Amino acid sequence: MGNLLDIKDERLSFFTPAGEVKALGGVSFSMKEGDVLGIVGESGSGKSVTSYSVMGLTAHPGRLIGGSIEFNGHRIDQMSEKEMRRIRGNEVSIIFQDPMTSLNPVYTIGNQICEVIRLHTKKSKAEARARATELLTLVGINEPEKRLKQYPHELSGGMRQRVMIAIALACEPKLLIADEPTTALDVTIQAQILELMIELREKLGMSIIMITHDLGIVSSMCEKIAVMYAGKIVEYGTVDEIFYETSHEYTKGLLRSIPKLTSETHEKLVPIEGTPVDMLNPPKGCPFAPRCGACMKICLREMPPYTDLSDTHYSACWLIQKREFEKAAGGEKQ
Amino acid sequence: MSKLIQVEHLKQYFPVAGGKLFENRVVKAVDDVSFYIEKGETLGLVGESGCGKTTTGRTLLRLYEPTSGRIVYDGKPIFDSGDVPLTDENGEPKKDAAGRAVCGPKTAVNMMPYRRRMQIVFQDPYASLDPRMTVGDIIGEAIDIHKLCKSKQERHDRIIEMLRRVGLNSEHANRYPHEFSGGQRQRVGIARALAVDPEFIVCDEPISALDVSIQAQVVNMFEELQEQMGLTYLFIAHDLSVVKHISNRIGVMYLGKLVELADSSELTFHSVHPYTRSLISAIPVADPRLSRTRQRIVLEGDVPSPVNPPSGCRFRTRCPYATERCAQEEPAFREVSPGHYAACHNLEQVK
Repeated sequence: MGNLLDIKDERLSFFTPAGEVKALGGVSFSMKEGDVLGIVGESGSGKSVTSYSVMGLTAHPGRLIGGSIEFNGHRIDQMSEKEMRRIRGNEVSIIFQDPMTSLNPVYTIGNQICEVIRLHTKKSKAEARARATELLTLVGINEPEKRLKQYPHELSGGMRQRVMIAIALACEPKLLIADEPTTALDVTIQAQILELMIELREKLGMSIIMITHDLGIVSSMCEKIAVMYAGKIVEYGTVDEIFYETSHEYTKGLLRSIPKLTSETHEKLVPIEGTPVDMLNPPKGCPFAPRCGACMKICLREMPPYTDLSDTHYSACWLIQKREFEKAAGGEKQ
Repeated sequence: MSKLIQVEHLKQYFPVAGGKLFENRVVKAVDDVSFYIEKGETLGLVGESGCGKTTTGRTLLRLYEPTSGRIVYDGKPIFDSGDVPLTDENGEPKKDAAGRAVCGPKTAVNMMPYRRRMQIVFQDPYASLDPRMTVGDIIGEAIDIHKLCKSKQERHDRIIEMLRRVGLNSEHANRYPHEFSGGQRQRVGIARALAVDPEFIVCDEPISALDVSIQAQVVNMFEELQEQMGLTYLFIAHDLSVVKHISNRIGVMYLGKLVELADSSELTFHSVHPYTRSLISAIPVADPRLSRTRQRIVLEGDVPSPVNPPSGCRFRTRCPYATERCAQEEPAFREVSPGHYAACHNLEQVK
C-alpha cells in the first residue's frame, strides 16, 4: 500500500522584520491510509505549521524553502492556488482549535455547511441541504433541521465544534487534521468530542492527524506519535513505544512533568528546567541541549541524526548514538 | 489545626440584561456555598467553565461584594449579610431564649488591613500585569500602598528578595512584562502576591495558560513557597490531575453549587457523586495501556444556563441516575463519611 501522506525534509521559515524564524527545520514523516497520528509539542514547536502546510495554508510571511509534501500522489508544495482549492476541504480538511472564532458569525450553520458541499460537488441547493442535515445527524446534533437555520452564537462551544467537524467531513476527506480540537472545551465536552472522532473514524475510515499538547489525548486516540521540539521531530513511534520505551530526553521530561491522577502517593513533579527555545536565535546543535539534564559536549555542537530503534520507532539524540557505539565497541572486545 | 477561612451560605448573584420589563433576572453564579480552609492547607476547587469557581475565589476576597452569606477570616467576620444563622462549635444552630435562630450582625469591614493577608494570583499572566509598569514597580505597588518600607533602598531590597524567591533575578526588576515569557510573567504575578507577606492566596487557574513543561515548574514553586512561608491556598483549576497533586482537600462545583468535597485522594479514588465520577473518567490519562481498558462515562448534553438552572438538583438534566425526586427536591450537602460531603439523593444507587 502506498503512503497517503509523505513529507520529506520539509523546511519552512517565516521572514519577519526581526529576522528569519526557522519554524520547521527538516521535518519528515509519512502516513498510510487509516493511520491516526498524534503530533505533540509545546507552543511554537511547529506542530500546527506542519499540518497547515499540508493544507497549503502557510500564512504570510511564511514560505516553504525546501523539501517536499506529497499527498495521495499530488505534490502539494508545487501546486498552484487553483489546484490547491480543489483538494482543500475536499480531500484534506481541518478542524481548528477555537470553535468560537472559526465559524462565520453572520451566516447560518446551514449556509456554512452547504457552501463546502456546493463548492466541491455538483449537488443542487436542495441536495446540499439534505446532505447538511445528514451530516449534523452524523456528528450527533439533534433537531438538525432547526440547527441549520441557527447562527453560531446560538450554539454552545461543544455544539460549534460538532458543526466544525460536520463541515470538515462534508466531502468525506481522506485526511482530517484536528488542530487542538478540544483545547477550548471543558473536560466533559472534550470527552464527547473525542468519542465522536473515534466513532467517525471507524465509520468513515479516514486518516487523522491529531495535534495537541495533551499527552492524555494522544494516548487514548492515536496509534503513532510524533514528538516535536523547536521545529524538528525529536522522537517518533507507536503509542506504546513513546510511553513505555521512551528514548528521547525531551519526551522523558514531558512524561515526568505531568501529574498523574491515578498515582496514590504524592510524588514531586520533575519539571523541565529553562524556557522553550527562542526560534529567532536557535541554539547550534540539538535544540533541546540547553534544557537537557544529560547534555554532552557534542550536543551543543551538532544536531544528532535519527537512530532507528525499531521499524516504527526513531529518535534524534546523541545519547542513543553513544549507547549504540558503546554496545558495538563492547561487542568487538568480546 | 484552626480554621483560617470559613464561608457560610455564600451567594453571589449578578444581574443580567434582558427579560420582561420590571423583571430582574440574575445569574446565580455562586448559590449557597459553604466550606472552610484550615491554616496551612490547600483546598482545591474544580469544575467546568461557568460553574462559579472563579467567582467563589473572588467573592471570598470581596473583590465582588457578596449578595449574601458570611465570610469569617481568622475568627473575625469580614462580611455578614445579617440573615445567616450562627452556629456553635458543634455545628448546631444557635438559638435564643425563644428558640429562634440567631443571626450575626450585618457586617462589611474595611478590607484594607485584610488585603495584606489575603492575596490572589490571576489566571492570565498576559492580561494581569500592567504593560506600562516595570516589573519592579508592579511588585513595589503593593509595598507602597501598605507602606511596608521606610526607605527607597529597603523597598528595592524587598523587590529583589521577592524576585529571587520566585526564581527570577535582580536585573529583571527594570524590565517590562512584554519582555518575559508566559511562565516568567506568572512568576511576576506570584511575586506581586507575595510582596505583602500574605497568609492566604487564592490561586485562580494560575497554570492553565502555560505550556506543559512550564506548568510543573510553577506547581513545584507553589509547593515550595507553601513550605517556606506556611501559606494557605485556595487553588482553583479545571484540571483535576493538577488540583489533586497540589491539594489536601478538593471541592467540586457544578452550576454555582458545591456538589462534593473530600480529601483529595478520597475524592479521586472513592468519589460518590455522579458528576465527580464522570468528571474523573472524562480526563484522558497519559498511559495508553490504562486508557485502553478504562471505561469512560461520557455525559450527554451541555451545562444548562445559570440564568435558568434546572429545578431541584442542578445536575439532573445530565445525570444517568436522575429520578422524579431530583426534579422536585434539592439534595442537601451532607456528610457521607467523616470529612466527605456530597449533595445527591441517589448515593446508594451510584456505582
